[in-house]
Amino acid sequence: MVSTLETRQTVEEVAGDYKYGFVTDIEMVKAPKGLNEDVIRFISAKKEEPEWLLDWRLKSYQKWLKMEEPEWAMLNYVKPDFQDIYYYAAPKSADDRPKSLDEVDPELLATYEKLGISLQEQKVLSGVAVDVVFDSVSVATTFRETLKEKGVIFCSISEAARDYPELMQKYLGSVVPVADNFYAALNSAVFTDGTFVYIPKGVRCPMELSTYFRINEANTGQFERTLIIADDESYVSYLEGCTAPMRDENQLHAAVVEIVMLENAEVKYSTVQNWYPGDKDGKGGIYNFVTKRAACRGTNSKVSWTQVETGSAITWKYPSCILQGDGSVGEFYSVAITNNYQQADTGTKMIHIGKNTSSTIISKGISAGKAQNIYRGLVKVMPNAENTRNFTQCDSLLIGDECGAHTVPYIEAKNPTAQVEHEATTSKISDEQLFYCLQRGLDVEEAVSLIVNGFCKEVMQQLPMEFAVEAQKLLGISLEGSVG
Amino acid sequence: MLEIKNLHVEVAGQKILKGIDLTINAGEVHAIMGPNGSGKSTLSYAICGKDGYEVTEGSITYKGKNFLELEANERAAEGAFLGFQYPVEIPGVSNMNFLKTAVNSIRKYKGEDEMAPVEFLKLVRAKAAELEMDPEMLKRAVNVGFSGGEKKRNEMVQMAVLDPGFSVLDETDSGLDIDALRVVADGINRMRAPEKSILVITHYQRLLDYVVPDFVHVLADGKIVKSGDKSLAMELEKQGYGHLGIDENAA
Ligand SMILES: Nc1ncnc2c1ncn2[C@@H]1O[C@H](COP(=O)(O)OP(=O)(O)O)[C@@H](O)[C@H]1O
Ligand SMILES: [Mg+2]
Repeated sequence: MVSTLETRQTVEEVAGDYKYGFVTDIEMVKAPKGLNEDVIRFISAKKEEPEWLLDWRLKSYQKWLKMEEPEWAMLNYVKPDFQDIYYYAAPKSADDRPKSLDEVDPELLATYEKLGISLQEQKVLSGVAVDVVFDSVSVATTFRETLKEKGVIFCSISEAARDYPELMQKYLGSVVPVADNFYAALNSAVFTDGTFVYIPKGVRCPMELSTYFRINEANTGQFERTLIIADDESYVSYLEGCTAPMRDENQLHAAVVEIVMLENAEVKYSTVQNWYPGDKDGKGGIYNFVTKRAACRGTNSKVSWTQVETGSAITWKYPSCILQGDGSVGEFYSVAITNNYQQADTGTKMIHIGKNTSSTIISKGISAGKAQNIYRGLVKVMPNAENTRNFTQCDSLLIGDECGAHTVPYIEAKNPTAQVEHEATTSKISDEQLFYCLQRGLDVEEAVSLIVNGFCKEVMQQLPMEFAVEAQKLLGISLEGSVG
Repeated sequence: MLEIKNLHVEVAGQKILKGIDLTINAGEVHAIMGPNGSGKSTLSYAICGKDGYEVTEGSITYKGKNFLELEANERAAEGAFLGFQYPVEIPGVSNMNFLKTAVNSIRKYKGEDEMAPVEFLKLVRAKAAELEMDPEMLKRAVNVGFSGGEKKRNEMVQMAVLDPGFSVLDETDSGLDIDALRVVADGINRMRAPEKSILVITHYQRLLDYVVPDFVHVLADGKIVKSGDKSLAMELEKQGYGHLGIDENAA
């Protein structure tokens, strides 16, 4: 029917009109192409890392060599050639590490302005500090002095390796072990940059912290590594955004994010993932293989993952919660939009170890074009986890007849007191809904936006204000002002 | 104001409307009655431009504009409103947000600025109050979990807020108890004005006791078979469609 075609085109416009696809022309320093111990030594030397970290990388590399790329996801793609990738690429200007924002290369500043991110502290949205990672290096971190007054450490992970070795040695790899999976092992060997956050005891972080990841260089992988430690009674809200240029070849992004929460600590981690999704025919786009995991170690600690995934050609991502502390709480709120030939296999794992732990999973998958959207989730209750609860809601929305949505829930309850609930629905934007909106004056684009936004509401309202706006725009919602 | 000439409409390859002529002038209220399946809803969809309702012959003009060249949302922005027989649910979208989007879409079409939020709130609250709608309903998702009567009341509130020049109300009265019927009638009567026209589609005479039409037309098998004034509705009520030689079950 005509309306369905129109809807599909609109969604293509909404999701497919990629505004961040430009390339910054800047002089780069790169490691030789391919992966071997020398390349790892090159990366480690560039970052002036301590010896223990180089050893850690080399051990990870040895483990990775013995591992196989996973096949279990419902993803269909040409496997990356790991010898045809640059593992390190950094702007030359960042080589002698700018001491302050004034020293950051103007070309980089302009790039971020264009992406809607100002690095001039006075111009930044008040209350958001940002770390920006350009290919393999962090090029600027704002508000670090303001944060330091509260004892909050907010810096690049490369700096943390030099300046906070005790915290790094204690926690790096403690949530996602080196050999956890193929991509995590690869990341552990070659990770280049990312963000390090430490919130001291009793501190409520005075501003939102954020990292903005940008892939720029061709044939380059981005291997970001983020570590967040929330000490007793602390709180932080952390945001993450990502974009990349439009290119015909696929690019690899394999990240690891680890979060540790101690007694009564709370972390809110929000992602708006908008890597280049490839073109209408499925050419190009980012391969997004990500391991994100949070360990609620302290009693009554809480972690909340919120993700809005609109980009990437391939998404393989399961932000998970290890609910170890008694009474700890894990939440996962997800919107995943796939269009054209995009494929997303995403979900979460909730591992209930402590008593009285609870978890909530709200997943909204939207598929259009020829895309495939898979929710894959595991709820596991360990034998000693008394009185645990999980509630899972998985909703899929289909636009057009050529896309697919699949729900793959795994439940392993090994304690009889566990209460595990799972609900799933699949629906379509109906011609009746569309006509109803059009008859009230909305154009097709506005109508689709409104309906999709309504569908995602429970997730979108979890996002911090600054991000909600960007995310809503990404979903095609008619808010004023547009980026790019 | 609204002029329909020799309108032929096909749905899924079937001829449903077979030559409708209907002119509704400013200030007039017309009623269309007819048995189920005679094409009443089809007429309302064709006027408002629903996809799949193909006009094969004839014309629809509104205020001099050729409606057949306009998309459904453009016809709405030009001032056409359809009160649905079965209003649809839009989960997660509050009535308030829906109305705001609608109001501002229409304004955008007309090249006007968005309505100031405070002004909009005042307008919606006032209209809801006039139609005795609980303000809490404005926060709820569009038609989700609404009773039949609440849905129809919601249609009336939307109509009042959008303030259309031409309204077609498709069996807005069906399945309502007497109180809800009164609300709907009240909503329609509030829209009556010298510059506005209204088309009421109804299966029963009942609504016409409250909304007194200037003209009544009988639709059967895709054609207007008889037109008259209010007394025609009374006549139908007493004697049934059979009296006009219409087979009540010929859908
Ligand atoms: N979408 C459709 N597909 C196929 N036939 C339809 C469709 N809509 C209406 N019709 C047919 O058109 C005729 C008129 O329907 P309708 O306009 O709904 O009548 P009324 O509103 O007077 O009851 C009926 O025979 C109905 O089956
Ligand atoms: Mg009907």
